[in-house]
Amino acid sequence: MALTISYFAWVRERMGVADEVAELPADVADLTALLAWLAARDARGALAFAEPQRIRAAIDGVMMGPGAPLVGAREVALFPPVTGG
Amino acid sequence: MIRVAVQPAAIDVGSELDLHDAGGHGASASFIGRVRGDGGLAELFLEHHPVMTEAGLGDLAHAAADRWQLAALTLIHRVGAMAPGDTIVLVLASSPHRSEALAACEFLIDRLKTDVMLWKRETFGDGRVTWVEARAGDEVRAERWG
Repeated sequence: MALTISYFAWVRERMGVADEVAELPADVADLTALLAWLAARDARGALAFAEPQRIRAAIDGVMMGPGAPLVGAREVALFPPVTGG
Repeated sequence: MIRVAVQPAAIDVGSELDLHDAGGHGASASFIGRVRGDGGLAELFLEHHPVMTEAGLGDLAHAAADRWQLAALTLIHRVGAMAPGDTIVLVLASSPHRSEALAACEFLIDRLKTDVMLWKRETFGDGRVTWVEARAGDEVRAERWG
């Protein structure tokens, strides 16, 4: 499954790119599995996703919790807890 | 009238208030957030999402309008590079009655801090650069509103 993944703030800095199109293995079915897959893929992913509990996510523009399924998702945004205001 | 904006340009509080008040409302409450110069801060940079940040502000504005009787709402967040003293965020809420205007204003700034895609990066005079960490107290304040 091809998925567009975008990164923000220190997650973007650690990944070294703002976004990418990734070809996911069939067993990467939810956000938890996606973070684990990215962490295992290369050194940048390991650095960005060493502490998955610090990562927040949105699927196709909607904020989602860690166990959210990726079925039918086109775009996932991964980012730290927000700090606006 | 609901006005929501995400902008790199400086927020002109006076002209925004004039625009907001054009309808002539009974009670207007405001919150103005400014960049603090703590610890030798040289620059505050606000990173945002090209679509979801403004959409998040719009969702909050509509949630407030559903919850309170409001005549006008203005919610503007600046993004990009700012200096100490600059206005980061402006919330204006108007209603025939002060209690609704004040409650809506507090709701909007509390929930904005936890629900909208914005990230602060600080650069200090000595060259240090750090991403601001989310505060647990902000979560508690936001959750009070349910």
